[in-house]
Parts: sequence; C-alpha cells; structure tokens
Amino acid sequence: MERIPILKMGEFLLVTIQIDMHDQLAITLQDDLTQQIVKHRAHGVLIDISSLEIVDSFIGRMIGNIAGMARMLDAETVLVGMKPAVAITLVELGMSLTGVRTALNVEKGMAVLQGSLKGKEFFGRDIER
Amino acid sequence: MAQATAVAQIISKNEQQILEQWVSLQLSAPTLRADLIKERELREQSREFLQQFSTAINAASENTDAVAWNPVKEVLAGVSRNRATQGFTPSETAMFVFSLKQPIFELLRKEIQDIAKFAGESWRVTALLDKLGLYTTEVYQKSRESVIARQQEEMMELSTPVVELWNNIVALPLIGTLDSARTQVVMESLLEKIVENEAMIAIIDITGVPTVDTLVAQHLLKTVAAARLMGADCIISGMRPQIAQTIVHLGVNLSDVLTKATLADAFAVALQRTGASVTRIKA
Repeated sequence: MERIPILKMGEFLLVTIQIDMHDQLAITLQDDLTQQIVKHRAHGVLIDISSLEIVDSFIGRMIGNIAGMARMLDAETVLVGMKPAVAITLVELGMSLTGVRTALNVEKGMAVLQGSLKGKEFFGRDIER
Repeated sequence: MAQATAVAQIISKNEQQILEQWVSLQLSAPTLRADLIKERELREQSREFLQQFSTAINAASENTDAVAWNPVKEVLAGVSRNRATQGFTPSETAMFVFSLKQPIFELLRKEIQDIAKFAGESWRVTALLDKLGLYTTEVYQKSRESVIARQQEEMMELSTPVVELWNNIVALPLIGTLDSARTQVVMESLLEKIVENEAMIAIIDITGVPTVDTLVAQHLLKTVAAARLMGADCIISGMRPQIAQTIVHLGVNLSDVLTKATLADAFAVALQRTGASVTRIKA
C-alpha cells in the first residue's frame, strides 16, 4: 500500500505530498503522522505541497484537520510551498485555511517553527544590505 | 463571360492611362490628406493595387471569393492597415477604392458604343469595386480593434506593478477601481513577486483606489488571503478617512488585516517585523 513518507528533522517532522490524495491515503497519513508526533515528541510539522499543481477542497480540509490534530498533540503545523495558482484557487473556493500557518518554502517554514519554539516570532534572516 | 473579359481587356490594355488619371484624381480630390500621406506613397499604393486588380479580373472575372483575388485583398489589407494607423477615417480609406470608378467609367464610355452593354458593364464594375471598398472598411475596423485590445492589455499590465521595497518586502500600489478581472491579474502578479523576492510582507497601497465598496473590499480580502497562503503577511495602506468610514458603514470586516493610513507607516511596520530598523546617521 502506498504511503506518504514522514521525515524526522530534529524536533520537527517533514511531510512532502507529491501524489494525488484520496480518502484512504489521507486517513493513513493522519494515522502515521499522529503516531510519529507522539513517538518523536515532535513540536512542529512541516507540510510541503510545492509539487502539487492541483489542490482541491478535499486536500484543503485534510490539511486543516491535520493541523488541528497536531495542535492537540502540542505540535505546530506550517504549510509550505504553495504555488500562486493553487493559492488563488483555494481563495476562490472560499478555503483560506485560517487555522494553519504558512510559509513560502521549507527553509522559511523551519524558521517559523524555530521562532515559535523560542516563544517568539522569528521574521526571516539577516536583512542588512 | 465574354463580356466580363471585355472589361478586363479594356482595363489591362489601358492600365497606365487609368493609373495616371486615378492618381491625379486622388491628388486633386478635396478629401486628400496631404498631411498624412505623401504623393509617392499614394502613387505606389495605387500602382500596386491596379496591377493586381487587372491581373485578378483577367484571371477570375468578378468572383472575389476566388483564389486569384487574394493578392488584391492582401494589397488592400496592407493599405487599410497602414491608413488605420496613419489616422485616416474609414470612409477616407474606402474612398481609395471607390475613386477608381471614375477613370474606369470614362474609359468604358469611350470604348463601348452600345448603351445597353455599357450599362451592364458599368454595373458589374460598380458591384465589384463596392465589394472591395467594403473589404477595406472591414480590415480597417479589425486593425483598429486589435489596437484597442493591445492597449487594454497594456493598461492592465501597467496598472499592476509590484515593487520590491526592501529584502523580503514587496509593495503593490493599486491605482483605479478593482474589478474581478483586475483582481485576478493583481493577485497573480503579487503572488509571483512574492515567490520571486521571497517576500514575507506584502504592502497593498490603496491610495489610488477612488472608492471602496463591498465588492472591492471582498477582492482585497481575497488577495490578502491568497498572499497569506503563500506565507506572506499583508498590510493594507493608504486608507483615507472617507474610505475608513465607508468600510465601517458597509459592515465589512477588515479586522483580521493590518491597515495603516500611509505607506510610510506600513513600511515601518514591515521593517520592524523583518527585524530591520532605520537609523539616522547624522544628528
């Protein structure tokens, strides 16, 4: 059975979604992820959707659900790598995913998670010119 | 068919004579736009058209849908397009073809003695030249439309510049009313710039937006939501007093979005959030 891999990176978990989601796969992912969060005592989850060209309401809802579950297990979820076209579609669908934090790419998502671990927001790298 | 070739023969035989008469007629006509077109250009256009016209009428008679007429149409389309951009009116452009009637009729009158035959021949030539004249108007219209379409496109692009203010900070100064089509373009270009500049803060400046109604506010909120999905926080700046009043009276909820009165204020917040600050070098 196909599975979406969950990678452990320090205190965080990285999930990269690269294939079309369907019900069974989503349930498996939710199952795996919640178990991994508890097992590794992860404090953050990064969901990377940079290779998804199409995101429908189903995936949107699933991401919202995962974020809710992770929060209950004391892990923050950051959604990273959304494409412009996908963002426009989701907004047009009325799904602005208000409960989920977002970042442009994995690197920045990691920075956001590290910032929130320290108890305060982290806003980007060195900006001296 | 034999009669049609009679006209054709007359025309091709006297091509040079017709050309001279036609050009001098066009040059002396009150509708001549000497400010827009040079005599040499006019002569060249006339010569080219007459040459193709005479070839076509010999080859395919009056059936303008035939392949033989294609070169004539090409010449006409070129003339038409030229004149559309030079600033001629459609009727002035069509007159280019219609003015050919006079020299041809004079010639026909000289060459054909029989009155009935002359009437028939002139009718055929008239119908033919009318068709070609209308064709120039059609092309003229089309080229005008393409100019308008191009300008609209350019306006659309010009009206949505996204500028990089600082590392990780982009700004979108909106000018003019936001409708659905423009919102789409604005959203796309903003999101693309966010990716390009790895922006964390996007400032949407609405100083140039004349009125904000519920629809415009909704479009703004959509843009903000889309930018947030890409991981960038949005600040709306340039909020004028009247606009703030309107928004509250309309009952639009902008409380989730940070709004500032001026772009400077928004920029200061953006700098602070990205960890930068402005200091004065000299006291």
